[in-house]
Amino acid sequence: MCFDHDYESPSPNPAAGIARETLRRCIHCGLCTSSCPTFTELGDENDGPRGRIQLMRQVAEGSLPLTGRVREHLELCLDCRACETACPSGVEYGRIVEPFRTAMLAADRRWEQRFDWFRELILLRLFPYPERLRVMLGPVRMSQRWGLFDIVRRLGLLKLLPERLARMTELLPDPAPGTPRLPRFSPAVGRKRARVALFVGCVADVMFRHVHWATIRVLQHNGCDVFVPRGQGCCGAIHLHCGDALGARRLADQNLVAFELDRYDAIVVNHGGCGAMLREYGVHWRDGLQPHRKKFAAKVVDVHEFIEQLGMTLPAGRIDAAVTYHDSCHLAHAQRVTAAPRQMLARVPGLKMIDLPESLLCCGSAGTYNLVQPEMADRLGRRKVENILRTGASAVLAANAGCMLQIAAELRKAGAQLPVLHPMELLDLAYRELPWPPDSRATAGRTNGNTSPPRLIR
Amino acid sequence: MALPELIAELRRVLSPDRVLHAPSELAAYDCDAYTVVRRRPTAVVFPHDPAEVSAVVTQCAQRRVPLIPRGAGTGLAGGCVPIDGAVVLMLTRLNRILEINLRDRWALVEAGVPNLQLARALAGTGYHYAPDPSSQGASTIGGNVATNAGGPHTLKYGVTVNHVLGLEVVLGDGSVRRFGPVAGAGAPDISGLIVGSEGRMGIVTKAWVRLTPNPHEFRTFRAIYGDVESATRTVSRIIAAGIIPAAMELMDRGIIGAVEDAYHFGFSREAEAVLIIEIDGPPPGLDRQQAQILELCAQCGAQEVLAAADPAMRDALWKCRKMAVGAVGRLSPSYFIQDGVVPRTQLPHILRRIAEVAAANRVRIVNVAHAGDGNVHPIILYDDADPEQLRRALRAGEELLLECIACGGSVTAEHGIGIEKREFMSRQYAAADLKAMQRTAEVFDPFEILNPGKLLPDRTAGAGAGRPNE
Repeated sequence: MCFDHDYESPSPNPAAGIARETLRRCIHCGLCTSSCPTFTELGDENDGPRGRIQLMRQVAEGSLPLTGRVREHLELCLDCRACETACPSGVEYGRIVEPFRTAMLAADRRWEQRFDWFRELILLRLFPYPERLRVMLGPVRMSQRWGLFDIVRRLGLLKLLPERLARMTELLPDPAPGTPRLPRFSPAVGRKRARVALFVGCVADVMFRHVHWATIRVLQHNGCDVFVPRGQGCCGAIHLHCGDALGARRLADQNLVAFELDRYDAIVVNHGGCGAMLREYGVHWRDGLQPHRKKFAAKVVDVHEFIEQLGMTLPAGRIDAAVTYHDSCHLAHAQRVTAAPRQMLARVPGLKMIDLPESLLCCGSAGTYNLVQPEMADRLGRRKVENILRTGASAVLAANAGCMLQIAAELRKAGAQLPVLHPMELLDLAYRELPWPPDSRATAGRTNGNTSPPRLIR
Repeated sequence: MALPELIAELRRVLSPDRVLHAPSELAAYDCDAYTVVRRRPTAVVFPHDPAEVSAVVTQCAQRRVPLIPRGAGTGLAGGCVPIDGAVVLMLTRLNRILEINLRDRWALVEAGVPNLQLARALAGTGYHYAPDPSSQGASTIGGNVATNAGGPHTLKYGVTVNHVLGLEVVLGDGSVRRFGPVAGAGAPDISGLIVGSEGRMGIVTKAWVRLTPNPHEFRTFRAIYGDVESATRTVSRIIAAGIIPAAMELMDRGIIGAVEDAYHFGFSREAEAVLIIEIDGPPPGLDRQQAQILELCAQCGAQEVLAAADPAMRDALWKCRKMAVGAVGRLSPSYFIQDGVVPRTQLPHILRRIAEVAAANRVRIVNVAHAGDGNVHPIILYDDADPEQLRRALRAGEELLLECIACGGSVTAEHGIGIEKREFMSRQYAAADLKAMQRTAEVFDPFEILNPGKLLPDRTAGAGAGRPNE
């Protein structure tokens, strides 16, 4: 993590696009520090929000060169935006670090002429494209079905792959049953209350299509006509966070075309990361389409929040289980949605919700962070899983694809086979009066015994 | 000072990645939450346990390099500013809660544990750790001990020193010592001496803290006033009536606007002052106190008194109060906050003076106050890009503190002296008294390396160490 030789790169000022007032809003009170996952882990101001803002401010003012170490501290930021929730002064940290890093990465590419195959091929050319991803995953899926993949994983053969590719493969969830193509239209059940379009995204559509199915059914049960517009694609978050603002804009504009805004009451999103990106379409690019993007962004709403506002129909089924809920950063911090999923779940007859300690601390997934910052991602993943196992819950719920992949992978590593579900999946079971635990993916939980809570004497 | 050699030694006794010394990485340690004075440290180190803290202290003691312990860096008096090329010793990695003993009502925590982390660990046990400084979400137990931190509920429950049972401390010679009942009975209360010593009498690595049973019930009220004086009169009347509320907090119009922008609680922006009054205890006694308090508020001219309807509303109200200082970024790019204390009866006077001083110096001052304690927190706003504004702000701050002393009060209640107010110590204490304090500190810190130049106006720090940035 720590180089002994600090180097400078001759990049142009990455803070050029950030308003001075935005940077100066931070008054250095430090109340954000404990909300920051990397500060919590490392205890270094340079790896906390206040320190990072200071680094960026100094670079902006020209008093600090953008050295290798400065860069490392900024790259280690998960962009989870927990500090925004914590900040009483309303510092928009995401609006500082995102453009700064985008510019930093763009400059990096231009100046160092470095070809990063992982970034170029996997992150930018594969992930954001559901069809390509599906084809690439075909052989893996087949081997999973035949049980080969599990053998490969257990023999440690994945280590033969390049590191980041191996990590990516380790994150793959078990194949979910019954994921045919999503219908273009699904009619409301009962009295019709709204017309919505479902955003399906890229990775979420390939790996979590069953979550989309569940979401559609839950929306139907709540009186929604659900449309799945064709032609939509990735939200662009991966591109933007990898420093490719142009690629991100291209994807955003593809979505602008795909969703005919006037036809729907809302564009509903079920994954926190995609939702946060879509809701910020209006701020990332300044060009002629900006007003249209703003209008699009205003229509975007998280599915839990949407159903809560609509008034949730009570499910008929019962689920006698104790579960815990993990807050996805970009749902909780970027979109400030924390109550709605909990309130919905609390209404499921029989279901007991157990509070997850440090629920608001990032699990280490953070988009593609777990692929590019493996060490910190693992630390946070372990911490998250220890907290989850400590609750004694029989399942963990999270409303974001990245979190679900990360938590499931860490649970596997810890030897615990707790199911990781999207809240919509659980609600879907309740509406359809299906039995718990859900089919093949749920197995008896087993803790790994390496958790160390303080000794408690009553 | 053979600094390269020191850095090499520190890297050896810790590990290279736990010693920062590149200039780019040191800048974040120039100051804490008091930004008026900034200095660059020589290095920043991250020990993992008391033995490593001891090893760092030993290395610095050998070379007489000053050392500054630091936790979350939320201090408001510049206690962590690394003057004289100090090494900053981070305690953030000593962050475990080692034991919670409900039967005997104490907890053993490492210095770097944030106050709120302890509060969360105690949730549901029926007990809590009483000191609740407004910074508790981030500030650490070690820092709370160093500044003898208070908080809204100190009115009834006392400050940090009333809740520390024992301490593990690394002294200035590198020895690791334990003080308080944990070291055996019959000794003088040395841990009481160390609490509030701002790191000058040792580096706290562990604390045994008292756990307090949760009250049976809370009643929390928000009273709105058309003028500040009526609010402060209410405070005096409630105390005079023999009621000790759990907390009695004041916010003035200036800060209410920022808080409302941050949390949308529903405070009227037209209110000149808001009092938050909380009583706690067994319900029968509360009914009587509540009736008395409502009566007194009305008599003193409260426009409206609202009781928190449920725990969520109580939490929201406290969040507004506790995060108020952090919300001033909505009003101004820079600020510093005073921590004056006056006798409660002098509250109306000091708040009047604050307004006069602000007008005379052409600075904006907004107020929060632990009114029940007579502890005022005038927040002085300025623009750090304008040196002239800073000068006027500093002058206003100085006038206010002198006024507090003149009223029979003190220049600090809970934030500490730090570097900000050390010159005021000689106005508050006789030279001989300061000398006694100085000599006491030397017992614990024979080489005068522990946070020198803070708290006491002593000789180690060169003249002008507390000079603002240019």
